[in-house]
Amino acid sequence: MSVTGGRIQQTGGASSSSHTERKRANTNSQPSNGHEQQAGNGCDHQGPNQEHRSQRVDGSKTKALPTPIPDPPILYTKLFINNDWHESCSGRKIPVYNPTTGELLCEVEEADSEDVDEAVRSARAAFQMGSPWRSMDASDRGRLLNRLADLVERDRLLLATLEALDCGKVFLMAYFVDLMATIKTLRYYGGWADKIHGKTIPVDGEYFTYTRHEPIGVCGQIIPWNFPVMMFVWKIAPALCCGNTVVIKPAEQTPLSALHMAALIKEAGFPPGVVNVVPGYGETAGCAISHHMDIDKVAFTGSTDVGKLIQKAAGESNLKRVTLELGGKNPNIVFADCDLEHAVEQAHSGLFFNQGQCCLAGSRVFVEEPVYEEFVRLSVERAKSKVLGNPLLPGVDQGPQIDQKQFDKIMELIESGKREGATLECGGSMWGQQGLFIQPTVFSNVTDDMLIAKEEIFGPVQQIMCFRSISEVIQRANATHYGLAAGVFTNDINKALTVSSALQAGIVWVNCYNAMSAQCPFGGFKMSGNGRELGKYALQEYTEVKAVTIKISQKNS
Amino acid sequence: MTSSKIEIPGEVKSDPAALMASLQLMPSPVPNPEIKYTKIFINNEWQDSVSGKVFPVYNPATGEQICEVQEADKADVDKAVQAARLAFSLGSVWRRMDASERGRLLSKLADLVERDSVYLATIESLDSGKPFLPTLFVDLQGTIKTLRYFAGYADKIHGTSIPMDGEYLTFTRYEPIGVCGQIIPWNFPLVMTAWKLGPALACGNTVVLKPAEQTPLTCLYIAALSKEAGFPPGVINILPGFGPTAGAAIASHMGIDKVAFTGSTEVGKLIQEAAGKSNLKRVTLELGGKNPNIIFADADLDLAVEQAHQGVFFNAGQCCTAGSRIYVEEPLYDEFVRRSVERAKRRIVGSPFDPTTEQGPQISREQQNRVLEFIQSGISEGAKLECGGKALGLKGFFIEPTVFSSVRDDMRIAREEIFGPVQQIMKFKTIEEVIERANNSDYGLVAAVFTSDINKAMTISTAMQAGTVWINCFNALSTQCPFGGYKMSGNGREL
Repeated sequence: MSVTGGRIQQTGGASSSSHTERKRANTNSQPSNGHEQQAGNGCDHQGPNQEHRSQRVDGSKTKALPTPIPDPPILYTKLFINNDWHESCSGRKIPVYNPTTGELLCEVEEADSEDVDEAVRSARAAFQMGSPWRSMDASDRGRLLNRLADLVERDRLLLATLEALDCGKVFLMAYFVDLMATIKTLRYYGGWADKIHGKTIPVDGEYFTYTRHEPIGVCGQIIPWNFPVMMFVWKIAPALCCGNTVVIKPAEQTPLSALHMAALIKEAGFPPGVVNVVPGYGETAGCAISHHMDIDKVAFTGSTDVGKLIQKAAGESNLKRVTLELGGKNPNIVFADCDLEHAVEQAHSGLFFNQGQCCLAGSRVFVEEPVYEEFVRLSVERAKSKVLGNPLLPGVDQGPQIDQKQFDKIMELIESGKREGATLECGGSMWGQQGLFIQPTVFSNVTDDMLIAKEEIFGPVQQIMCFRSISEVIQRANATHYGLAAGVFTNDINKALTVSSALQAGIVWVNCYNAMSAQCPFGGFKMSGNGRELGKYALQEYTEVKAVTIKISQKNS
Repeated sequence: MTSSKIEIPGEVKSDPAALMASLQLMPSPVPNPEIKYTKIFINNEWQDSVSGKVFPVYNPATGEQICEVQEADKADVDKAVQAARLAFSLGSVWRRMDASERGRLLSKLADLVERDSVYLATIESLDSGKPFLPTLFVDLQGTIKTLRYFAGYADKIHGTSIPMDGEYLTFTRYEPIGVCGQIIPWNFPLVMTAWKLGPALACGNTVVLKPAEQTPLTCLYIAALSKEAGFPPGVINILPGFGPTAGAAIASHMGIDKVAFTGSTEVGKLIQEAAGKSNLKRVTLELGGKNPNIIFADADLDLAVEQAHQGVFFNAGQCCTAGSRIYVEEPLYDEFVRRSVERAKRRIVGSPFDPTTEQGPQISREQQNRVLEFIQSGISEGAKLECGGKALGLKGFFIEPTVFSSVRDDMRIAREEIFGPVQQIMKFKTIEEVIERANNSDYGLVAAVFTSDINKAMTISTAMQAGTVWINCFNALSTQCPFGGYKMSGNGREL
């Protein structure tokens, strides 16, 4: 890979804050491989992605596709508190790297405990009774979310470019999947704001009772690096829709799109203090959020290990409400009677999407014996056709892993797979001369007791197991501490319904995988998490129910 | 009321542009607005009527003709239903569209209405006689908010999965009904268009909508905006026409799956009858009201007088929600009447384009005569005419704000819907008595109570046979809140 590093410029007039530094990241780069170009084939999101999929990237049509912004300006690198840009109290900064090149993109102010305190004070003030935010019509909160969606739509290319630069995502995927989901989620919750209904309740006695679904208060939100802008919106949209205020910490690896969103939040017209963005590390800023005595709720997306720390911190401090979206080791069950080609493709993208860095990754593929060998053969063929390279370039469908730590962990697990006797069908090593790329890797003859079949790899490594009976596969699929998602491929309605009701998972896909949408709830059974995001279900995670009971003089049905 | 306090529309105020130009701070109406759409809107195209007939549309403030509009009749309704049926057929663009995309289209329509709101408010004032500024602030806002509200609902219409007994799995789907005929009145042409289109389209239905013959202009403009927003052909069809012809064709059409009507109770009965005689189409009705407004002696008097005044005189009294039976507790009665009369006398009647105008004309000569005839009956049945009571001006269909006191429940003005600027004030002694008298009506649309006593408020609000009860407020409508009637005020709920 030949990618040149970022250069730094001084603040320009377009910036909304005089403190803001303007930086540009150089995106000029060349593809370092001669593979045939492929259309993206990740997550099977709705509409736009299908459009994208149907537009095979074969030269002439490439022009119809969006292209990254060359040298995108990095306008925002500070802490966003009370609608202003702040430097960190400690004076420390976080270096932000481009995982494709390993080069420094920029430095971002690093929030720690004191900055979190400041952000919480601002969020608390914005939540005070009588504040503009508390006295606003619910429908106006919805308008603000819709306006934010319009602004994201306006800056879609820039945000997708930042996302590709900062986290190594394939640009077209970022554009069609992440940004589309971001826009749709904002609009979806924009619509809910004035539809959060309490109830009137026919209580016994001479009383009248009604419930109000009130915002919880100040919500701390901690998000991961694998879908930076989409996670940002999954968190803030339902929180704001219900009337909460937010202190959100993006991952230290990927703060850039979150800071750009902060600027858009101000531009959309959200009152000061309603959203505060504090980039920082988990052990410091994240820990301060989860332990904070004046944060009413914490929502975390990340690893199961850290999720346990969060819930523990909530218990130790003020019993804040906790919702968690954690890891998964998701079974994908393929019966012999299914459309095999479709199943192979879905199982492939269900695992390899986003370089395998998905909590949803279908990393335990159980295939029924009669089609096992054919399934493995086709899956290997498919994995080998994957094009690695600079994620900003068209035709590339796999970028680098996020950082060295993740890279090393994945390589270690691949080694363990070989050691424990799984058959390495393809891949298994790093790709290219440098950087954080890993060859698409497929293991067959995997047994359930191997590390690669038990632990979340979070990389482009597919495990394919063999099964004989439906009761066996249900038992094996459920034999895990995780319970996030599952897939089943079959044309038999009875198998589909039996498996979908038997699996211990928050989501079951039938004849599809990664089919997510803003309308559909998302969250895990068991140690994959607590609570649900998206859909109407997310609203209950961001409201307290208050029952008001009034003494009346005489009941009248 | 002395005539000196009434702004009689005259030559000087016939030019809205000149009148409003001097006002820098207030939005001004569009001067000499062009009427762009006067045809029938079917399948996203503008069509002449099959019969070749047109009908005149008048400005009720002057009685002058604004333009002629193509008149839909049965043959046009057939064409529209065909288009709507095709747009609803399995596999059509509309049926395959993501629910969230239906929401986006409604949201875009709201944006377009917002873009053109000054023009729309101008046409609405011109065509219906509503004062321009309230039209802009109340009607246009109501229209935009309703469209946005239902835009947000499009992808949130949830069925349920049900744990039924036995080895079964049950889930429910909330599917669109199909082709919906919608017939709307002339008192809130734009708002009623949005109330009808918003929920029908959010749920995925297709629509054949007939605006009132008095006020088709803004509705036709909405048709043009719906095309611009990107609704597929046939989803929205707008057919200006008369009730006995086009309206009757809709109500008895075999290819229409549901009819929604807002208007008089008399016509509502015909609609339901037509549905029964034809294909048992689903029927929702928003009909008349003779709404009680109960004022206790412990109420905030200033607030109660003003709200009761606005509650009956808003939109020249042409509201189904008009609080036209005001029950005032005895100790407060005389003072309440005195203040209400004083307030009514201050009400400024005049050109809809005069920014100080509170009350424009009635919609038509026919309505004006009907209201005047009610006033005469009040006088002859022995109610005390406190102020007003007469027509106003040489041109246009204006009526003086009128207040009756000493009204008895058996008088016609206390029983029938007047739909004009006529306030009836009655006296009551006990809460039981007023509940009984308030409910003693075939209607049951809305009711209000003014009191600072939480027990009276709760008792009255649960005892009223009405679809909406307001406590210490009146006409506090919002798109989030359901609206509809008990008894003969209607069937079903809107919003």
